[in-house]
Amino acid sequence: MNLAIDCQGLVKRFGNYTAVQGVTFQIPPGKIMGFVGPNGSGKTTIIRMLCGVLVPTEGQATVLGFDVLTQPEEIKQRIGYMSQKFSLYDDLTVGENLDFYAGVYNLQGKMARAEKTRVIELIGLGDRTSQLVAALSGGWKQRVALGCALLHNPQLLILDEPTAGVDPVTRRVFWDLIHKLAKEGMTVLVSTHYMDEADTCDYLGFVFYGRLIAFGSPEDMKKSEAKDNLDDLFIYYVEHEASDDPRNLALKKGGRG
Amino acid sequence: MQRFVWVRFGAVLKKEFIHILRDRASLIMAIALPIVMLIIFGYAINTNVEHLPTVVWDQAQTADSRELITSIRNTQYMDPDNYVQGYQEIEGYLDSGKARAAVIIPPDFGKKIQGMEQANVQVLVDGSDPTVARAVMSAVQMLGLNKSLELQSERLVARGTATGLELPLNLVTRVWYNPDMRSRVFNIPALIGLILQSVIAMLTSFSIVREKERGTMEQLVVTPILPLELMLGKLLPYVVIGFVSMSLIMLTGIFWFGVVPVGSIPLLFLLATLFLVTILAIGLLISSIAKTQLQAMQMTFIILLPSILLSGFIFPRETMPKLLQILGGLLPLTYFLKIVRGIFLKGVGIEYLWQDSLTLCAFAIILLAIASKKFKKTLD
Repeated sequence: MNLAIDCQGLVKRFGNYTAVQGVTFQIPPGKIMGFVGPNGSGKTTIIRMLCGVLVPTEGQATVLGFDVLTQPEEIKQRIGYMSQKFSLYDDLTVGENLDFYAGVYNLQGKMARAEKTRVIELIGLGDRTSQLVAALSGGWKQRVALGCALLHNPQLLILDEPTAGVDPVTRRVFWDLIHKLAKEGMTVLVSTHYMDEADTCDYLGFVFYGRLIAFGSPEDMKKSEAKDNLDDLFIYYVEHEASDDPRNLALKKGGRG
Repeated sequence: MQRFVWVRFGAVLKKEFIHILRDRASLIMAIALPIVMLIIFGYAINTNVEHLPTVVWDQAQTADSRELITSIRNTQYMDPDNYVQGYQEIEGYLDSGKARAAVIIPPDFGKKIQGMEQANVQVLVDGSDPTVARAVMSAVQMLGLNKSLELQSERLVARGTATGLELPLNLVTRVWYNPDMRSRVFNIPALIGLILQSVIAMLTSFSIVREKERGTMEQLVVTPILPLELMLGKLLPYVVIGFVSMSLIMLTGIFWFGVVPVGSIPLLFLLATLFLVTILAIGLLISSIAKTQLQAMQMTFIILLPSILLSGFIFPRETMPKLLQILGGLLPLTYFLKIVRGIFLKGVGIEYLWQDSLTLCAFAIILLAIASKKFKKTLD
């Protein structure tokens, strides 16, 4: 079976600090995988290693069949990435931002125009293409950023807390889009703090202190700990894990959160 | 090894041009600031000594003494406008800086001149600024010598001992390239280099670090773009801006200050463009190392400051200690000054400038290579 992501014992250390330790999971193509976990738990570090912009200290991973250590550029051409910062150029219009990313992904001429039209329609950007990004609301910036990440038809879409600070309606619209893309065969890896979003993923990974402490479908995970909803499960994990973690003292004193 | 892709390079190029055109304030600054700086500094940096305020204590008050004062005024170096009585007043003038030189003519001046004796005149010079003092002293000595020779020959003729008087030794000196020794001719071309360097390096030193601060760099590193595509795409628009800026500053030097290049103008522009690229490459290197715009600004200053003193802009490099000469040799401005002064003043061609030009080329290529190398596509 061709896996979209195959992670085997990923470890990342920054000096003495271990940000990620021994993360192992596999996702088949066309599925949505959600990462949940407290801030600073290592979600972003795992995501960056999978994008090929952070070199793992130990372990290995293949993304879309390419090794993150030796073939990062092959991966970059095939994935779409979007972070919570919505990395757009404020002083460029929506259309100019789209044009720039089309060029960066080596799309040109008729092809670039066709992809741009497709994305504008998909995201519903309509007549906003001539507006400066600086003038857009957070929700619209999020959509434009997603559009930029979709121009080159990526096989894998990686979203790092894409809905942080976005209103509920916009979140709903955004997730409908994610599900639509997954149905069309795109694999999606997304990190989030919202349990209602996590509930709709095909797979969930719970990241805590740099470790993947639970992995499976939301249903299986709830069943295994006999919890009704993911909120309870999340709190249960944090308390359960922190109690046998030497760092729980710091946590309870209000240190790293 | 990844291939250089023109589409990606073109995308960066277009985006950078839009950034520049949208940021009107920076664009105007990049183009207008050099002209304003040249006009201000062109007047400020003038080492010619002219019209120095001078006090005179004329104790003789004769036709001879008045003639001497007129001759002093005619040198253009000194303006003997203030007349005083006594040393105390002279001291007051010199101490307060109201006068930079003083001429003291003794009471018996006229009598001695007429009486075929030796007359003494004292000239006091404020030596706080050695350059000014030297210039005044040599002007005064030259005046004294000429006056003496004149008087001597008059006296000899009057005695009937000589008819056509000829000096036993005549040293003929002639100054090449800048016969009037106007300091402006020397300084304006160098100022053009210095101003271009300070304004242009600032432009690119922000270009990459700005993306780091805005967070767009995080997005760029996950795209397939190559460092070299990004670097060249960011460099080229500023070469265009820099070229416009450079052309305007050259024209200001030529038409406003009347410092016309003796040599080939196309060669001047060609080599100035080469210098421009080198400076932009320095900016890019700074930008890829710095983490914030503030750091980038500080680094730019650290590089710009020594180049004012070590490049030969003010002081000749030949007289510096070996170590400083070597340090100066690491600055692109040093080579550009040789080129720009060579073309402006001496009118020399590429046959004398090829070494300096090649050095600039090497600088540009090495700096760009380091900048691309330093700019890693990882977030470690």
